[in-house]
Amino acid sequence: MIFLFYLLSAIMVISALLVVFSKSPINNVIYLIICFIAMAGHYILLNAQFLAVVHIIVYTGAIMVLFLFVIMLLNLNKAIIPQKSKITRLMAVITGGFFFLVLLAATRQTFEINPRYAFTSDIGLVSNVGKTLFHEFLLPFEISSVLFLSAMVGAVMFGKKDHTRDEV
Amino acid sequence: MDWTLYIYKTIFLFIILLVTLLIAMYSTYGERKVAAFMQDRRGPNRAGPFGLLQPLADGIKMFMKEEIIPLSANRALFILGPSIAMTTALLTGVVIPWGGTITIGGREFSMQIADLNIGILYVFAMVSIGVYGIMIGGWASNNKYALYGAIRAASQMISYELAMGMSIVALVVSTGSLSLHEIVLQQHGMHWNIFYQPLGFLIFLTCAFAETNRAPFDLPECETELIGGYHTEYSSMKLGFYLFAEYINMFISSAVIATLYFGGYNMPFIDQLGLSPNAVTLMGTAFFFMKILFVIFLYMWIRWTLPRFRYDQLMNLGWKGLIPLAIFNILATGVYYYFTELT
Repeated sequence: MIFLFYLLSAIMVISALLVVFSKSPINNVIYLIICFIAMAGHYILLNAQFLAVVHIIVYTGAIMVLFLFVIMLLNLNKAIIPQKSKITRLMAVITGGFFFLVLLAATRQTFEINPRYAFTSDIGLVSNVGKTLFHEFLLPFEISSVLFLSAMVGAVMFGKKDHTRDEV
Repeated sequence: MDWTLYIYKTIFLFIILLVTLLIAMYSTYGERKVAAFMQDRRGPNRAGPFGLLQPLADGIKMFMKEEIIPLSANRALFILGPSIAMTTALLTGVVIPWGGTITIGGREFSMQIADLNIGILYVFAMVSIGVYGIMIGGWASNNKYALYGAIRAASQMISYELAMGMSIVALVVSTGSLSLHEIVLQQHGMHWNIFYQPLGFLIFLTCAFAETNRAPFDLPECETELIGGYHTEYSSMKLGFYLFAEYINMFISSAVIATLYFGGYNMPFIDQLGLSPNAVTLMGTAFFFMKILFVIFLYMWIRWTLPRFRYDQLMNLGWKGLIPLAIFNILATGVYYYFTELT
């Protein structure tokens, strides 16, 4: 188990770094897919099979396919990234570092050191996840579905043909 | 460590692998024979008696062909494409319950490699990864037609995955389990799910046709428009892998359909025959394979009967036909169980 954990972690960290450093966008997407599959492996190690499979279906199977889709359609074979000057890049690093510091300071207090539920081996099984979601977290769960609905309406609006232009 | 179980599982895994490959191989032969029968021809009849050695001859031909990787193709991804297609096709077989339990030397062994409590979702996960085989292969070929085929395949599979998932939701509501083993056990004694979920079955079947890229949904490899679709640039065994993966997918999806809707390895009147448990298991497995072969025949029957859809018709059917139907099916199932089980 320990060995598997380190193996999966190594795959995840290396592929995540390759996502950042690889030049070709298609390879970036593929490394991100590998990273996600390794993350699903971590879920399985925690005996959360439902989360692992849903993670693969949603992230690997749907979202990354769309990423790949866009990259293929735009034919971004070679990265065309405009080069910034040295000072701009340095400033970007410093600003990013400060932002990270602020985030860390803001979230440090909010993390619960002691988990609300003690870890048991069947906490991630589908029936337990479902019961928790639909009893304790029913309201947040339903509200997040409204978020999805608004995203869907937005997508339909984008997909609609632009009629105003025809009338003018 | 329970070594007998490990050894049994390993052997069983290899048997399933071999049976999968064998059935996929003979599906190509069956397809040509069925096509010939429907078109009033004789079909393959030169290699061996009744042309039974034809798949072997085809396989040898595939291996002996010259292997061409186009100069402008992305080499690594070009090889990765068919590998993903083949791997994901073979991985799905592990959650299917091929039979009941078999008793060897006083110990019971299950004829299922892994009884995951989320079995159906695992099948979906593998299907959704399978899209990459086609997409990456089509893109890496660096050919317009291959890219068109890949994009068609991906958008078709994503669209039909939704309706497929929703038809499964209704099934899960009525069975109350995601484990394939559990679902099969519940269908014992002619309580087949097809009688409880007829609409869901039709949606699932249609989507399974689309997911395996079979006619009438074989637009990704539509010869008249796209030459060969995503495998235009492929040759030799890499092309063989793509074609073979399609037949494996067909076999596995037939097995999933037989498991979910036709009672899996359950056989009618098996309790009345009074056989020993091992004989019952073997009979059940044989009956399961008969069901699978019937569904495979259905695939071929439809392929050689219906013409191919147009692309906009395909999308209309998926988004405006099947998805609303599937949502209605979920609602109807939910309402039915709300009023029958709670009162």
